[in-house]
Amino acid sequence: MSSDAPVAEIPGDTLRQRIVDDLRSHLGADLIDSVVKPGDDVWVRVSASAWRETARVLRHEMGFDYFCFLSAIDWMPSPFGKGEDDPTAPPPERDDTIRQGYAGGDTRLQMLARVTSSVLHVGLNIKCDVADADATVDSWIPVYAGANWHERETHEMFGIVFAGHPDLRNMYLPTDFEGHPLRKDFPLLARMVKPWPGIVDVEPLPGGDNDEEGDAE
Amino acid sequence: MTSTESLIDRRQMAYIAAQASDARVNVELETEGMTLNIGPQHPATHGTLRIIARLDGEQVVWAEPSCGYMHRGYEKLTEVRTYPQVTALINRIDWLGSFANEVPFILAAEKLMEIEAPPRAQHIRTILFELSRIANVSLFLGDLGVQLGAVTPVFMAFRDREYVLNLIEAATGGRFHPNFDRIGGLKDDLPAGFVDETRVVMKKLRNFCDEIENLLFGNEIFQSRTRGIGVIPKDIALQYGLSGANLRASGVDWDLRRDQSLPMAWNKVDWKVWTHPDGDSFARCWIRLQEVRESTRIVDQLLDTIPSGPVMAKVPRIIKVPEGEAWVSTENPLGEMGYYVVSKGDLGPFRTKIRSASFNNISVVPWVMKGVYVPDIITILASLYFILGDIDR
Amino acid sequence: MNALLAADLPYWAQSLLRVLGGIVAVLLPAGTIVYVFLFKMMSFMQSRLGPMEAGPYGSLQLVAEVGKWLQKEDITPERADRFIFKIAPLVVLASTFLLVAVVPFGPDAWFTNFEAGVFYMLAVSSVSVLGILIAGWASANKYSLLGGLRAAGQLIAYELPMVLAVIGVIIQAGTMNLQQIVVAQNAGSIFGWDGLGNPYILTQFVGFIIFMIAVQAELTQTPFDMPIAESELVSGYMTEYSGFRFLTFFIAEFATAGVFALIASVLFLGGWGIPFAWFDWSTIDSVDDWMNVVGPLIMVTKMMLLAFIIMWVRFSYPRFREDQLQRFAWKALVPISLVNIMVTAILKVAF
Repeated sequence: MSSDAPVAEIPGDTLRQRIVDDLRSHLGADLIDSVVKPGDDVWVRVSASAWRETARVLRHEMGFDYFCFLSAIDWMPSPFGKGEDDPTAPPPERDDTIRQGYAGGDTRLQMLARVTSSVLHVGLNIKCDVADADATVDSWIPVYAGANWHERETHEMFGIVFAGHPDLRNMYLPTDFEGHPLRKDFPLLARMVKPWPGIVDVEPLPGGDNDEEGDAE
Repeated sequence: MTSTESLIDRRQMAYIAAQASDARVNVELETEGMTLNIGPQHPATHGTLRIIARLDGEQVVWAEPSCGYMHRGYEKLTEVRTYPQVTALINRIDWLGSFANEVPFILAAEKLMEIEAPPRAQHIRTILFELSRIANVSLFLGDLGVQLGAVTPVFMAFRDREYVLNLIEAATGGRFHPNFDRIGGLKDDLPAGFVDETRVVMKKLRNFCDEIENLLFGNEIFQSRTRGIGVIPKDIALQYGLSGANLRASGVDWDLRRDQSLPMAWNKVDWKVWTHPDGDSFARCWIRLQEVRESTRIVDQLLDTIPSGPVMAKVPRIIKVPEGEAWVSTENPLGEMGYYVVSKGDLGPFRTKIRSASFNNISVVPWVMKGVYVPDIITILASLYFILGDIDR
Repeated sequence: MNALLAADLPYWAQSLLRVLGGIVAVLLPAGTIVYVFLFKMMSFMQSRLGPMEAGPYGSLQLVAEVGKWLQKEDITPERADRFIFKIAPLVVLASTFLLVAVVPFGPDAWFTNFEAGVFYMLAVSSVSVLGILIAGWASANKYSLLGGLRAAGQLIAYELPMVLAVIGVIIQAGTMNLQQIVVAQNAGSIFGWDGLGNPYILTQFVGFIIFMIAVQAELTQTPFDMPIAESELVSGYMTEYSGFRFLTFFIAEFATAGVFALIASVLFLGGWGIPFAWFDWSTIDSVDDWMNVVGPLIMVTKMMLLAFIIMWVRFSYPRFREDQLQRFAWKALVPISLVNIMVTAILKVAF
């Protein structure tokens, strides 16, 4: 079987704007912010208490039946920089203001999920704030069964607890691993164990020194 | 580090004790609820995947994959790398069709920089993308036979895949890890004679597909081993985020090459999207066979119409991507692979979420493996087709 | 051997020759099949060359393999049932030797000449099932146990079609003595024309096909290799064996393939003989003595032909699942072979 169905062409971006308006009519004040990049993508931010309700609305009432992924973002700039600091020198001054991205935010950790409509072929990025003190959000499993593994991975990487998850154990790391690796204050162990050697002196290539263009550093 | 060492020792002792207690067969015979451990070292799994299955005789009561044996921490690593370094890193996620891994990331970075690669670069990117798809899926076709017991097709698959790898090596310098895509275009232009050689190779690959169809798909035993096994209905497939051939085998007409507009050359050629209503293992395997054939036709058409021009747009030497967030996903050989890139105007990304296809594809295993026989575990895993690097990143 | 050797040699020398002949009759087919079919034919079918290093064209690969296996460490798993673990490969190999004892290689070149040769052969071929079962059990390994259980079910299930397929031959030959079956085929005639003798493959082709399928299953070759099932159980019941014990299993597998091919050629292809009409022989006693030398060569040729078919099918087909396998045996093969017996009996009476 094959198909040649073309994608519906929507001028401007009324499609994405309509999605945001539709969602707002279902969620009301729980839809805190939204960003539409015309022809590109759409982001919405919902309140943490409406996390699962958003999923339910999207799946059952707005036709977003395809679960793409679920993860989180830690907006704090890494106190270790790129792990390239000279360990003998005092650590340099770094800017540690937390600036969230599209659709704003108030907390350091934010949930990020994406669902797609298999009919309209358009996707939606959903964010929600995760409180620093009690990092708990509702699990999406009753709505999208595929969120199971994604929530396990987010839990082990960020330390976010998912209320209602039947089996919240580690995905990749051993059971007794301590720490949450994708948080910015968890150092990249490879750089801690062996300090970055910095720019090493390399011998010039035989036959002249023609640099290749396009490669940084 | 003594506490870590004793921790490791204690864990090792506990593990060995658990394995030994599992093997206490000559003391008491438990035929009900036998726990079978498939992997992590196993001929069937494409890498170190461990499946813990609870059996009742020969039927599976539940089966749970346990991943992480190959977790390399890519998402953390990308935070300390520059964009070209990340490109070299992400080649290794799906190592059989490597060029395809670089493309969505590069496209996301280009989206943030608001530049587009020149048409020639887009065209060649598409050609290499489809070549990596052919390389990846032709190995799947051969490996399918081995999982089911037919040892001969895999040699033909490797033999014919060599031609494609030679092409990729001729163009990019690397058989398995080309590392050829750059923000703004490609590293280099195509070598002389590439177009003619590729045409010859595409013909060989079409012959290979016909051979495999006769040898494997037409075989009655293969049919009885795969038809009706591991049926995944459409809404389950969508809920779990299955993608690629797995989704199209359940009847969902969705192909990211056709259904989204990316700066690549798929919309310039004429090709079909294959779907199948059954949703069983046979459907998934059959669709991949058709997709390889379709890919050869796409490449043939692309070769006829390569535009001339530069292969690299004007980008600064040191690339700093402006602040923003971007998501790009493409129809990779394994499914939908996407990168959500968060940039803060730095040399490298602030956070990259790598959405890999096999992670979702394998998350459906606990659902689908209820009441199947032990050999069907292998069949279903083979038809779902995963690469460990893709699951574990 | 009786007639050949009775006059000249003392009994102990005869027995020694018989033993040596038995060993050769078992190991020579094993080695030939392994080299020609497993190493070379399989490789050529898979567009590769196979072993080429050891000796010219890899002809000494067998020696290298045997040496490799012999020098490996003899490991017995800690929780295995030691005695049974150790004797399991010997049981499987013993059944091969028992089987070859009734195969006639020439008019006087046989080891034993039972009146109930076929009956004995069918009974003794089940001894290998025991060996496989106890290997699976004694390994203290879940994979091996699964493989052993699958093997038990499969091998017992396919005994029946084998027996029933052979009964057609017995009816047609009128005897269970394998030597007499050979004579009946070679001295017989097809509707009066004795140019080809009367190889039972022509009239018993259904029985022949069923027999070959049953043999494929008895040898646990693909498409019936669930017990080994390399991509699931690694090696099934053989997983825990290494060194000389694995070598014994390996030799037993291919030796049994050779011996079954020999038996199939005896039952269906006319055994060691060529049609008697070519040399105007009338009974077994009038066959010339040089047939004792040529006979084994003819047997080997026919064995290679049938082993070729067995191995060819092995490399081409995927494997059946266990329940499909059983269904095939009980619901398809057994009824067809029963019908075959009926038809043979009717036609035997009619003609």
